Amino acid sequence: MAAFENVFSFFGLSEWCDSGKQKALISLKSLKNEETAWWDIPFPSLDNLHKACASIPQSRDLTASLEDGFLYIRPSLRTVLDPITQPLSWMLDSALYLFTNTPWWILLPLFMLAVQWSARSWKITAFVVSCIIFYLATDHYSYAMQTLSIIFVCTVLCVVIGVPTGILMARSNTVQRMLIPILDMLQTLPTFVYLIPLIFIFKITEPKLYGLAIILYAIVPVIRLTDLGIRLVDKDVIEAANAYGMTKRQLLFNVQVPLAMPNIMAGVNQTIMMSLAMVVIASLVSAPGLGTLVLDGINNLRLGVGFMAGIGIVLLAIILDRVSKSALKRMNKTYHG
Amino acid sequence: MMTTTQSQKSSDVAISIRNLFKIFGDDPKSVLPQLHDGIDKADVQRKTGHVIGLNNINVDIQSGKITVIMGLSGSGKSTLIRHINRLIEPTAGEILLDGENILNLPDDKLRQLRQTRMSMVFQKFALLPHRTVLQNTMLAPMVRNEDKVKSEKEARYWLSRVELDGYEDAYPHQLSGGMQQRVGIARALTSNADFMLMDEAFSALDPLIRTSMQDLLLDLQEDLHKTIIFITHDLDEALKIADHLVVLKDGFVVQQGNPQHIILNPSDPYIEEFVSDINRARVLRVGSVMKPSKTTKKTAGSIDSKQSLEQLIAQADGDVKGIYAVTEKDKTVGHIEMTQVYKALVRYNLTTSRRAK
Repeated sequence: MAAFENVFSFFGLSEWCDSGKQKALISLKSLKNEETAWWDIPFPSLDNLHKACASIPQSRDLTASLEDGFLYIRPSLRTVLDPITQPLSWMLDSALYLFTNTPWWILLPLFMLAVQWSARSWKITAFVVSCIIFYLATDHYSYAMQTLSIIFVCTVLCVVIGVPTGILMARSNTVQRMLIPILDMLQTLPTFVYLIPLIFIFKITEPKLYGLAIILYAIVPVIRLTDLGIRLVDKDVIEAANAYGMTKRQLLFNVQVPLAMPNIMAGVNQTIMMSLAMVVIASLVSAPGLGTLVLDGINNLRLGVGFMAGIGIVLLAIILDRVSKSALKRMNKTYHG
Repeated sequence: MMTTTQSQKSSDVAISIRNLFKIFGDDPKSVLPQLHDGIDKADVQRKTGHVIGLNNINVDIQSGKITVIMGLSGSGKSTLIRHINRLIEPTAGEILLDGENILNLPDDKLRQLRQTRMSMVFQKFALLPHRTVLQNTMLAPMVRNEDKVKSEKEARYWLSRVELDGYEDAYPHQLSGGMQQRVGIARALTSNADFMLMDEAFSALDPLIRTSMQDLLLDLQEDLHKTIIFITHDLDEALKIADHLVVLKDGFVVQQGNPQHIILNPSDPYIEEFVSDINRARVLRVGSVMKPSKTTKKTAGSIDSKQSLEQLIAQADGDVKGIYAVTEKDKTVGHIEMTQVYKALVRYNLTTSRRAK
């Protein structure tokens, strides 16, 4: 052991090293004072250096100090974030209340109308209705509605925040350069990792906890595709708009956003699917819905419960995907034939 | 190199382009002094990595006339037309409109100029794909926030002038190329601007439709007398519609003037090569070959000065000797001998050089 002891003494740092020793715990091994063979020399990692020189911190001190640092700023983060995100809790609560307390015989026709209006396809409407009947028949209806209401709120917020952000990104290369690493991080960070700091900041019973986790995870595609869509708008059309003296505002609302709409809608479709993925995981932090059944299935090894909930989630995914995609397809048709 | 020739007559100059330079690259201003010393395009590119777009352009655009800027690809013609409404910023020079330099206009004035005084027609039509034909035609009044009912009426009128009645509610992708470009022209006319910039407007269309579009444009121009700046790479098209022809090569003006005059008096080997391929009988007009004096000899008939030599030969039924009186609005303005006609069909330089051998 103590592979690097000689290095520290060579630089005359022994004294500084020893000052870091708290209580000299003399182990049997250190008494033996073995020499390290040259082929056994380890990488000078924090832990290995610590063995030779007590003043150097161990790796676990690093993670501990990260935690301490986070705990230190937590109160101030809370005071800032809590009021800002409070509306999210209200929205989620009221959506959950609305979706679960409206009787099924009112919601079912409303869904039919909404689907028919956005997708304009009897096939899809019929599919949606039979799925809802399946939920009702198997008593998964209220769980599915909870999941749906969370997705609804989170997707709306993602669009409201994401589209303007994407527009800003498309207009300025600097903003794009700054945001891309953040978006990359949000997209690649394992979903469970989001939850940890959020648990620290908010109470686990607050709906905004899972709301934020879902929005952070699902907002990325709508931002990216808005940016891409606006940047891809035909340069000739932009030139024509400029030649006729459009203001920047007119250009944005009359040309860029409408022409980017197919891409933006593709982003919304992705966002919906990602919210669905996250809402299942968010059941770990008390998000209601089908995810809780899955969690129950895992925790208590109830295969049937988990399986049925899984099917429910798949059906929901298919419904959301088909409806949003056919709306997108319809839009493409009017524009480009 | 510059030969500003004849026929500027009394017509008013609407836009005057003076010493216009455009250089593409990292530091265009640094190349400018070298250009004044007369270095050529390839040299500049090799030595400094800058590309010359426009090199000392001086053109007067006459009010109510069609000025055609012709050149092959890379000659800078599209760059030039985009300077007139400042879609591209110049490196140096000025463009005077009503005595004011367009290049000095602040943003809001420039926008106003584009909204009210300049309209533009594009090679690739550049219609808004999500708007109907009618909405596309109403673009300019819509940008100016004008009354919707009035501008819709106007848009419908111009759509009917370009023979697109009944297509108002169609989307651009449902129309053929020629029809889309007619929407483009209707859009330009609905803006009611006195200047119309046409950037290779007919180049993307197939030949038959192109010819009919040229006729449509000439037809409209007869009533409207807009100041049109027309870009093309097609000499036949240029000769057909130009009142004033500007030939560009590598960013500078090789020759400009009356198109008939350019055919008969090419000032440069480049132009000579250009005009050598055209059908002279169809392009040359009686008025440009005639002698502007009345003849005392007996004439075989009379012909309008705007008719082509081909039409005269047809009228003479192949006769090679007769003399015809040339008229303009039923007034005799000169005479033309058939021998002159046949001589004009052959390039003058060609005949002299053969004789020299």
